[in-house]
Amino acid sequence: MSEMLKIENIRKVFNPGTINEKVALDGVNLTLEEGEFVTVIGGNGAGKSTTLNAVAGVWPVDSGKIYIGGEDVTKLSEHRRAQYLGRVFQDPMTGTATTMSIEENMAIAARRGKSRGLRWGITKAEREKYRQMLSTLHLGLEDRLTSKVGLLSGGQRQAITLLMASIQKPKLLLLDEHTAALDPKTAAKVLEISDQIISENHLTAMMVTHNMKDAIAHGNRLIMMHEGKVILNIAGEDKKKLTVGDLLHQFEKVSGEEFASDKALLS
Amino acid sequence: MLISAYFASLSPLALFRALPGSIAQGLIWGLLALGVYITYKLLDFADLSVDGSFATGGAVAVMLIRSDMNPWVSLIFAFAAGMLAGMVTGLLHTKLGIPPILAGILTQIALYSINLNIMGQSNQAISVDKYSLAVSLRYVSGDTAAKIKVFTTCILFGVVIVAILYWYFGTEQGHAIRATGCNPQMARAQGINTSFCKVLALMISNGLVGLSGALYAQYQGAADVNMGRGAIVIGLAAVIIGDVLFGKLCAGKKLAFAYTLFSVIVGAIIYYLVLSIILWLKFPSDDLKLFSAIVVAIFLAIPYLKNKKKATRGL
Repeated sequence: MSEMLKIENIRKVFNPGTINEKVALDGVNLTLEEGEFVTVIGGNGAGKSTTLNAVAGVWPVDSGKIYIGGEDVTKLSEHRRAQYLGRVFQDPMTGTATTMSIEENMAIAARRGKSRGLRWGITKAEREKYRQMLSTLHLGLEDRLTSKVGLLSGGQRQAITLLMASIQKPKLLLLDEHTAALDPKTAAKVLEISDQIISENHLTAMMVTHNMKDAIAHGNRLIMMHEGKVILNIAGEDKKKLTVGDLLHQFEKVSGEEFASDKALLS
Repeated sequence: MLISAYFASLSPLALFRALPGSIAQGLIWGLLALGVYITYKLLDFADLSVDGSFATGGAVAVMLIRSDMNPWVSLIFAFAAGMLAGMVTGLLHTKLGIPPILAGILTQIALYSINLNIMGQSNQAISVDKYSLAVSLRYVSGDTAAKIKVFTTCILFGVVIVAILYWYFGTEQGHAIRATGCNPQMARAQGINTSFCKVLALMISNGLVGLSGALYAQYQGAADVNMGRGAIVIGLAAVIIGDVLFGKLCAGKKLAFAYTLFSVIVGAIIYYLVLSIILWLKFPSDDLKLFSAIVVAIFLAIPYLKNKKKATRGL
């Protein structure tokens, strides 16, 4: 077992020195071993998505260090870090290029971390491979390789984005509330595909979710964030026995507050 | 009385004589329109440097031809000069964080001085009698052999450049540029250096604009510091006319992208044909730019108004 992700005491303040100043990350520490699939929960503004964005390098952190697969990536730009990361976003529009075809999107993902030259953007052999990968989704997309992604539904796009994230096996898969914008049935299907892709490729993954049930049902570890810190870390057997009631109780104990999100309670 | 006198004064023959010139101009400006297509449609970057880089291409070609360079070879240098201009706009935007439109305007203004410096004065002529130019107005009004020569040249340029662009945007690099224009967030997440792609696309685009300017300068036998004024509008007009008239026809075809590129050139030809009709109708030529602006505004508005109508009907 080796460390796939190590976050050391990262801090991020948005809009420093203004009335909108917000301490988004207040000393986050987290280590993920290879093969760990951690679900991340917490109220609005707890720093869940911010942590994922910090790992992905969307902006530089104010202090602290981030290591992926042992390499210090703290100073690496977003597109350089992409070679190590698979990412799926909350908004299904974000993960794909809508004016390009399904196969072109997948071909772009297949070249993540490689230099892009004047070779053809997609080869015949690749096309066959993508057709096969798409058929495992059982969404009928294998016959629509040349369809523009813009014509697909949100769920189909998220499924394709998941495939794209795994074509080049990433050291770490970041799922940022990737089912939040979908209807419950589609969300369940996309979660199922996520589990399938993570286990088949033995991926290390972080999944942010608002849904406590999902956080409990998926993955082999759970962390809870509050006000820019990791306040709870449950793994192994403890996680298997976890219930929503336990989580709420734990949250109140650790934070001294009632869990803020109605959405989390109701779901 | 007045109206019949007006119609009597219109000579169909004059219109017919004006057509070849309009088509040739449309073909030449079509290359500029392809450049505009790359930035405006593929990169989603409204690049206003073209007004400057068009004149730069013309100025560079004319000065090189005057110093006895082969007119064909001068086109390569005009392309390179355009690329340099595009690079400046790209770097202003990506390295210094200047918004696209402003970055383009800054380059355009800077190029005005640079173009004056290249030419040493506000215009420079090259006589077709003295140099064997690639294209010329004179060939268009000349004998059949000259006509054939000028149109083959113009069409060949269009076909070759469409073929190259079709190939290029199918390569890995071309895919990266298209992804950058469509969804920069996705592009970065897939490891694409979006800043690099933007600069690259702006260079290719302005290279084509420079080439177009060089051909146009040879066509009219002179380069002028003001020859690019409003070029962006003509480019946009061509792109939009092509899209509105042929967009649906191109979609879903096997070589859809190649058809789309051709439709841009055809859009430029249509623009010049309409323009020649308007001149033929004896509209004052001072009002041509006003007319161009109105045409572009109308064609830009059509898709928006159509969607709006659909949306309200949906409710």
